[in-house]
Amino acid sequence: MSQMSVVEATNAALRQELARDPKVFVYGEDVAHYGGMFRVTDGLLRDFGADRVIDTPISESGFLGMGLGAAMAGMRPVAELMFIDFSLVAMDQLLNNIAKTHYMSGGSVPVPLTIITQGGGYRGAAAQHSQMLEALLLHLPGLKVVLPSNAADAKGLLAAAIRDDNPVVFINHKQLFGAKSEVPDGEHVVPLGQARTMREGTDVTLFTYSYLVGMGMQAAEEAATQGVSVEVVDLRTLNPLDWETIAASVTKTHRVVIAHEAHLRCGVGVDLSHQIQSRLFDELDAPIQVVAALDAPIPFAKELEDVVLPSPARLLEACLGAVHG
Amino acid sequence: METSQRDEQFYRSMVRMRAVETELLALSSAGQLRGSLHLAQGQEALPAGAGAALRKDDYVTATYRGHGYVLAKGGPLLPIIAEILGKAAGLGGGKGGKMHLFDLEYGILGTNGIVGAAVGTAAGAAWAAQLQKTDRVALTVCGDGALNQGHVSECMNMAVLYQLPLIILCENNLYSEMTPLSRSHGDVNLAGRAAGFGLNTAQVDGNDPEAVYQVMSEAVNRARTGGGPTFIEAATYRTIGHYQADSGIGYRTAEEVEAWRAKSPLDRWAAKLGKRAPAIAAEEQAAVRAVFEEALALPGPDPLAAGTQVFA
Repeated sequence: MSQMSVVEATNAALRQELARDPKVFVYGEDVAHYGGMFRVTDGLLRDFGADRVIDTPISESGFLGMGLGAAMAGMRPVAELMFIDFSLVAMDQLLNNIAKTHYMSGGSVPVPLTIITQGGGYRGAAAQHSQMLEALLLHLPGLKVVLPSNAADAKGLLAAAIRDDNPVVFINHKQLFGAKSEVPDGEHVVPLGQARTMREGTDVTLFTYSYLVGMGMQAAEEAATQGVSVEVVDLRTLNPLDWETIAASVTKTHRVVIAHEAHLRCGVGVDLSHQIQSRLFDELDAPIQVVAALDAPIPFAKELEDVVLPSPARLLEACLGAVHG
Repeated sequence: METSQRDEQFYRSMVRMRAVETELLALSSAGQLRGSLHLAQGQEALPAGAGAALRKDDYVTATYRGHGYVLAKGGPLLPIIAEILGKAAGLGGGKGGKMHLFDLEYGILGTNGIVGAAVGTAAGAAWAAQLQKTDRVALTVCGDGALNQGHVSECMNMAVLYQLPLIILCENNLYSEMTPLSRSHGDVNLAGRAAGFGLNTAQVDGNDPEAVYQVMSEAVNRARTGGGPTFIEAATYRTIGHYQADSGIGYRTAEEVEAWRAKSPLDRWAAKLGKRAPAIAAEEQAAVRAVFEEALALPGPDPLAAGTQVFA
């Protein structure tokens, strides 16, 4: 085990896969000579060469489309979208083409393309550099979506994403980039579609992912001092969902809070809430709570952003509310 | 290949494509074909000429009007027609239809419902060919209208930047669906636009399969030998409506349509082949008819397949 930041762990996964498979290449804006806006691709050009690590122009639609074509033609491309917000200029490629090719081809054309990106707020980056857009990517079938909450998962989930024969969007959180934690040395792969129970509890389950896992752990700590036992489950992969772990936890605690940083309307929380109530209605002892961003664009000023984005206090309040009504 | 042999090949290819479209139009008119039908009558010389310049392992992408290129790539006809008819034995098991034809074995990386979108796919396949150090090339076919999508501009820039083995064949049929160039393009010099990005460019009579073949062969050879991407602007005309419910008249004059019908590449090559032409045409039409009969009798997909193959 080594102490690594999420940036270092992501970089380690790219190195691991570049070394393992000659079909893998990494490309995107500022990734090669500069080493990446967030240093995720630091040193890769030096160590793997110009055929494996390639700078692109600021052309997200073009270079994602090219990733699709390269994947269809036998490569295993890893594209970096510098900010997930920039995916919005490439949605036709992402959702009309990348996500649908395998299906439209009757299963005859796999698309082993990985898109690594980062999202999230809490940094005053305002409405176009702070978003969590996973719900958009999940709404149309065909993309796997992965959001690690720590360095070990960043390394292991990214390795699994690159080895997957489907398009996978791997979303880091910019607030976690510097966060250090233990990462297994050597080859490390975390299968997609497995949630992880971060903290056992008996009164209420908090399902969350990405940066809010840490917030959820804080809230659970505080709830314990108030006599409420919160189970915290890091979903890690939103498509495919680990229904087995979800169902086991709901069956155990009978109360559910779902928390995410993205907006409420048509989001992961309301979707998961629907799935839980339709499949496990008899297990529920309280209405499902969803903690999410207010349905307003992410504002710049701290006083405003603090109101729009979820906080440990809101998570705590939801957990206590689920138990006490 | 001897020129006369090639002339016969072009003629067969064009007649086959027209025969397929004639069958499809009849089915559509009879209410026996689902969905929109975007035909390319008048533009048959382009797939005939372009297809002859490619190898089986080269890549092709096109728009929803690009079925001719799929036919001209040389794969068996039955799975293509079966897909267009929505049959289980179709290329995509009935999931894609005519607008989404894929066949990896023949390098067909998709016809596409979004007019400019497949340019990126082809550029990416060309990128893969380059990174894999093969001499495969990629052809993407789009219309004049597609050039106004930003995605295409992005890809043209990257094709030059990386010197990709890519050929962009632009079928300039003078109309973006129903809107003429003069009301959709600030500058109607399409090859000039591509030259501005630094692509090699060529202009060609898109109703002359031999001319298309020659200009394509030059571009393919350049791409195979590291000479970078080429943009070909081909002058042509769709002598039928944009889709089955469009007469093609109203936004175009009957005189204009008639004038282009007179330039039909099928008629030109029939004249060139002389008395051999009718027998060749009859042979191709009969072969197409037989494939349609076979395809129409095939079963549709199992409804249970609807939710499968979302993921590999």
